[in-house]
Amino acid sequence: MALKDFPREEYVLQGNAACAGCPATMALRTVLKALGKKTVMVVPACCTAVIQSLYPTCSFDIPVMNIAFEACAAGASGIRAALDQQGKHDHTVLSWAGDGGTYDIGLQALSGALERQTNFIYICYNNQIYSNTGIQRSGATPKGAWTTTTVGGKQEFRKDMSEIIRAHHLPYAAQASASRPLDLFEKVKKAKDIKGPRYIEILAPCPPGWRFGMEKTVEMGDLAIDTGAYALFESIDDNVVFNGKSKLILEEKIKPKPIEEWIKNQGRFKHLFYPKRDEKCLAEIQEHYDQMWDRYRKEYL
Amino acid sequence: MSVMINTGNYIAAKAAVMARPQVVAAYPITPQTTLVEGIANYVESGEYTGEYICVESEHSAMTACIGASEAGSRTFTATSSHGLLLMHEMLHWAALARLPIVMCNINRVIGPGWNIWSDQNDSIAQRDTGWLQIYCSSNQEIFDTIIQSFKLAENKKIVLPVLINYDAFIISHTSMPAYIPDQEEIDDFLPPLNPAWKLDVDNPVAHGTLIGTKYYEKLRRAMHDAQQNAIKLIPKIAKDWEKQFGRNHGDLFEKYQCEDAEYILISMAAIGAESKVAIDNLRKQGIKIGLARLRIFRPFPSEEVIALGKQAELIVIDRNISIGSEGAMFNEIKSALYQQSDAKVTGFIAGLGGKDVPYGDIEKMCKKAIQGKTKNHQIWFGFKEDD
Repeated sequence: MALKDFPREEYVLQGNAACAGCPATMALRTVLKALGKKTVMVVPACCTAVIQSLYPTCSFDIPVMNIAFEACAAGASGIRAALDQQGKHDHTVLSWAGDGGTYDIGLQALSGALERQTNFIYICYNNQIYSNTGIQRSGATPKGAWTTTTVGGKQEFRKDMSEIIRAHHLPYAAQASASRPLDLFEKVKKAKDIKGPRYIEILAPCPPGWRFGMEKTVEMGDLAIDTGAYALFESIDDNVVFNGKSKLILEEKIKPKPIEEWIKNQGRFKHLFYPKRDEKCLAEIQEHYDQMWDRYRKEYL
Repeated sequence: MSVMINTGNYIAAKAAVMARPQVVAAYPITPQTTLVEGIANYVESGEYTGEYICVESEHSAMTACIGASEAGSRTFTATSSHGLLLMHEMLHWAALARLPIVMCNINRVIGPGWNIWSDQNDSIAQRDTGWLQIYCSSNQEIFDTIIQSFKLAENKKIVLPVLINYDAFIISHTSMPAYIPDQEEIDDFLPPLNPAWKLDVDNPVAHGTLIGTKYYEKLRRAMHDAQQNAIKLIPKIAKDWEKQFGRNHGDLFEKYQCEDAEYILISMAAIGAESKVAIDNLRKQGIKIGLARLRIFRPFPSEEVIALGKQAELIVIDRNISIGSEGAMFNEIKSALYQQSDAKVTGFIAGLGGKDVPYGDIEKMCKKAIQGKTKNHQIWFGFKEDD
């Protein structure tokens, strides 16, 4: 399959309220093309609550239920139950939440819905910050990154959400990237045909949040993969398979680029390079990702 | 029809199932637990065929009900005390989204310290959420009110959620007989939900999206108007119920010995039931006193309160306290009477933390109020600093 083979139907409409270069909008466009018309979406507080535009207009051509920040997965549980009672088993219920609504405030409701085997797809578009509220630190923010609440750079490493998800032993879980639409499309398509709780995380490089130019969204997503800051994989019934360049990195067929290649282009890490290099922090960050890959190799190779 | 002798919670479970909600989402909390266990038993026996979601918190219970209701299904849940408080955000959400969810709340003390007995501060704290609030004083009233509440909530002139309250243990765990109509009779009274709007892939709209101030004010006004509509609709539904089943627990108030009363006692829930004994005893002593047991706290029946105030001196017993202000009923009754009647109103705070309020104490409160000279006076009944 190639990009030109994507369905022509558009469910994310023109004139929405997203920033230029917004990865969430790019990814959602692909996701909804893969899921099709019979999709009901739940959106908690996040950028997408704004992107969908101001009442009485809406930029999505599917039914949407907006819900409170921590409540996305629980709302999906209710919708699923109602649709099943109405015999609408062929409808997909999609939770579409940011990393704040997933890693942090929404984690309890998500874990509950996964444990209950709720038949839905939960997608976290991970821009590694609370971007809608103006770039605050989240549990997904990487170490060293500036945010408005980690003014000198975040001291802690990010949470490994995929491992938390995998502990629920789902029929399907995956990591994808907004910069790789074909891979994303295929993963969503695969998830759509599986019953039960499914989780997909999409890396979503945010131009204003990460401090890079709006034309560089795809580049930032790809560099995250090339440097090993982020991995593409899927887990089907606990069987983890890496794909794309991540597979080659896992199998040590290629060496990941140094992590600096990714972070040096993002203003949020600028203080690690100017006025002078923070060698200690840079080394810690590199070591963190090296260790992540060692762990991946031990567990999944 | 049959007679069921069981606790308030089990009879509530029976009513909930007979209302045929498509989705129940609930989380256990003392003393609501036997209600959700009751529903679980009906799932096991096959008597309840809807979806029963055992969620991981009350916040998710209310959210799942919101999701199911948004998708066009009838929904029910139940909680108590801290559970209701955890739901608070989503209570606002359910009402603002105009969803006809019905919920039982078993009134229980809020901690710390931990205490599982009866007190109304949990539900009184939700009075500004937009939910209709009803207070029951017997198991039969719980059954009848649950069925009637679905009819009320789903009426096109209302489309708001309803909170049905009753006292922890005093009602929730006390066995009383209740007449249970046949399922066909219930179905006849309460037809399936025909939702005003729902999530629909053939009519894709966004619910609860960003909204400007102009529209938002309209939303609030519409909720308020809907609550006012309920003032008229609640008595009508109660009358329809009486016509079909021969029972009426009162509509906005249950009035007892009020016709010639010079003094009227206003109380809610279990204290309201206990008050009848006190009224009988005071009447025997020659005091012309009646009882108006407040059933509907939201919408607040101001016009009816004014009528009571024009007839008699009022005595109010609150099992709650708005700290720094007054008992909620006392406060709102005086507010309704302002410039409409200058009746003497005496308020009592009693039964907090589940402290027993027997009829003897209610008699004492009434006498104290009758003898008292001060208007708009609030008294902490039986409160001793040294205890």
